[in-house]
Amino acid sequence: MARITELEVNGTRRHLDADSDRTLLSVLRDDLSLTGVKYGCGEGQCAACTVLVDGAPAKSCLTKVGTVAGKRIVTIEGLAPAETLHPVQEAFLEADAMQCGWCTPGMILGAVALLASSPNPTDAEIATGLNGHICRCGTYPRIVRAIRLAAKRAAKKGVHA
Amino acid sequence: MTRREFFARVGGGVVVILVPDELSAQESGRGMNQRMPEQVSAWLHIAEDGSVTVYTGKVEMGQNARSSLTQAAAEELHAPVASIRLIMGDTALTPFDMGTSGSGTTPNMWPQIRKAAAAAREMLIDLASQKWAVDRATITVADGKVRAGNRSAGFGDLTHGEKLARAIPVGLALTPADQWKVAGKPIEKVNGRAIVTGAHAYAYDIQRPGMLYAKVLYPPSFGARLAALDSAAAEAIPGVKVVRQKISGQREAGADLVAALAPDPASAEKALAALHAEWAPAAGQPSSKDVFAYLKRTAQSAASPHLDLAPYTIAYIAHVPLEPRGAVAEWSADGKLMVWTGSQRPFGVRSELAAEFGIPEESVHVIVPDTGSGYGGKHQGDAAVEAAVLAKAAGKPVKRNWTRTEELTWAYFRPGGLVEAGGKVNPDGTLAAWEFHNYNSGPSALQTPYRVAEKYEQYHRTQSPLRQGSYRALAATANHFVRESVMDDLAHGASIDPLEFRFKNLDNQRLRDVLTAAAERFGWKNRKRAPGRGFGLAAGTEKGSYIATCAEIAVDGGAVKVVRVVEAFECGAIVNPEHLANQVEGAVAMGIGGALFEHVDFADGKILSNRLGRYRVPRFADMPVIESVLLDRKDLPSAGAGETPIVGVAPAIANAIFDATGQRIRSLPLVPNGLPALSAARAPA
Ligand code: FES
Ligand code: FES
Repeated sequence: MARITELEVNGTRRHLDADSDRTLLSVLRDDLSLTGVKYGCGEGQCAACTVLVDGAPAKSCLTKVGTVAGKRIVTIEGLAPAETLHPVQEAFLEADAMQCGWCTPGMILGAVALLASSPNPTDAEIATGLNGHICRCGTYPRIVRAIRLAAKRAAKKGVHA
Repeated sequence: MTRREFFARVGGGVVVILVPDELSAQESGRGMNQRMPEQVSAWLHIAEDGSVTVYTGKVEMGQNARSSLTQAAAEELHAPVASIRLIMGDTALTPFDMGTSGSGTTPNMWPQIRKAAAAAREMLIDLASQKWAVDRATITVADGKVRAGNRSAGFGDLTHGEKLARAIPVGLALTPADQWKVAGKPIEKVNGRAIVTGAHAYAYDIQRPGMLYAKVLYPPSFGARLAALDSAAAEAIPGVKVVRQKISGQREAGADLVAALAPDPASAEKALAALHAEWAPAAGQPSSKDVFAYLKRTAQSAASPHLDLAPYTIAYIAHVPLEPRGAVAEWSADGKLMVWTGSQRPFGVRSELAAEFGIPEESVHVIVPDTGSGYGGKHQGDAAVEAAVLAKAAGKPVKRNWTRTEELTWAYFRPGGLVEAGGKVNPDGTLAAWEFHNYNSGPSALQTPYRVAEKYEQYHRTQSPLRQGSYRALAATANHFVRESVMDDLAHGASIDPLEFRFKNLDNQRLRDVLTAAAERFGWKNRKRAPGRGFGLAAGTEKGSYIATCAEIAVDGGAVKVVRVVEAFECGAIVNPEHLANQVEGAVAMGIGGALFEHVDFADGKILSNRLGRYRVPRFADMPVIESVLLDRKDLPSAGAGETPIVGVAPAIANAIFDATGQRIRSLPLVPNGLPALSAARAPA
């Protein structure tokens, strides 16, 4: 069976040895100890497992690790340089856009991808864009607020969030 | 844990304040180093370096107890929030605690930690007064420093070299709510940074050296027994070990625990698929379609109705904590067991484990990292027991994480229920009589808060076809749904506005206040009737807090969309307004699921709604505009807020549907497949 021995994760080349048909979710969590990537359903329904692959959001539970060899993978652990926060992470803290936090890493990465393609989204666009993400604690209105906050700040600074 | 053990653990040169329970508080007087009661509910420790650590058996599951309890300590200790650390839910480090449930943390633990912190502060003043030979009255404590004149010392400087312990003096004065500086204000979620960076390790994330992954073989239906097992193919997979053990405690999936263990999850999964099992199914397993008749049939008490009653049904629903149950268990060479798991009852899980293995509780150490939510659904140690049994058999640490399907099948559910209720109204619009029978949901908030001379209210125990347990607000949701639906019917029958009808029959001022607040913000009096629009309201009280909910819905074809929800909530003095608003909004969001579409579907002993694709939970697109109105009663003790805000959602929406369509829907969920009969839509009155 084909094997994957190298992945580019969070800007570093990581060595491993995994069947190429394993899920990216399991490889990141179990082989690379990147447990910020969360499992919620394993069937593409909750998006807790979202990571960025070449900048696009991907549900890692549905992604075979063999398909992402050579691509740039970003997990929540690598979204911002150590000891710093990405503006979207800051906005989530400021808007208190979480309770238990299990959905938060996937939600933040989903939001980062959304803002990259739509820098100034309306509430409705945020709701549509992130409708694949479940927050069982129901912090949806705060998540919308956090994303708008991040977008507003980025617009002020003239940069992408 | 005794005081001696505690000192041994945290080291010397410390101040320790113990909070005795009410009884021992009366026994222990003032003074330092007197005999300490062994039973305590929280520890507060100031280390030599001045850092403050609070120990409590409560757990954090998203309800922000970690933040509110930190604020409690900071408030009374006059120290920065950042200087305080909370150790929670660790059976070896924290005092015994019954569990984090029933909205109990704020009314019980919160004042105790304030008392502990206040006592510590007074003790620091005593120490400074002795050391500097100054009058206590000249000493102040602020920003984590003790000062008198131009002298100043950090907490650690004063406690240096000492080993002090003190119980809470009886009658210790706490800072009144209107003088709070840290409490009662928003603060950033404590530990929030670890969450947004992915650094926080939940129980599901724990990894231990040499750990094996466990995949467990579950029966295909409830009650099925394992008749034969062929594990040869599974065991042929390199690294795999198949374990078959008996569980002695209660286990929903039966006493036979069969699992495939491997050093990597992929091999364990492959091995599980390669197990060949034969099962003997159990006959006569229930199905959701006949469940309510079953509840009525198995009732342990009979009702002889006095009034005309309408039947209401409430479906079983699932908690769906986004972090499923999970545990890592590790045995030491000397027979001690360590378990990491997500649970609302760390000490309850410890007891379960001790009983399972027949070992003393002291040999079991349960750690509950801040958990990916519970909503009442994580009281038992199912995953912990499985992990511990497997770890013992394997002689290695074992990780046992439940899948979503296992979580949706083998966890327990919010009870389904049948309620029969009705009332009679006098010509002047006051309630004449009231009758209410609840089968199986539970007795929470069963009693009407409305004034009525003649009433019959009864909870009937029944058998439950499914494993059931607590859920956010317990039966208060079912009971409020029915009561407030019936009240709405009575109001319409008497041609009185639903708000006015409630005021007419309500003495409780706190409840009247939230109703007034919600109706005002919502614009109840000036609501604009339009085709396809409906407005409903509901009110109630549970666990010492008060709620009123107004909902606006839109009906489009058969689809019901909740457009706007205004919820007024009062739970005494507000501990943290931002986190309270978050709880209220979250309860509304979650409540919409149970109101509109959530239900557990089962047939012949199988859960059919066993995946998120088959069990719908609320999403962004389901969200209305949610507005919370928080009434701050600084003159009243703070009550919990994690539960009650959910109870008004379903009835307010049900009443709004009636307003829009003239259809009285008497079942939860209200519209799992859209509105039942479109033709019944009526023009607005
Ligand atoms: S775990 Fe991947 S979508 Fe739910
Ligand atoms: S914060 Fe708990 S699931 Fe979103």
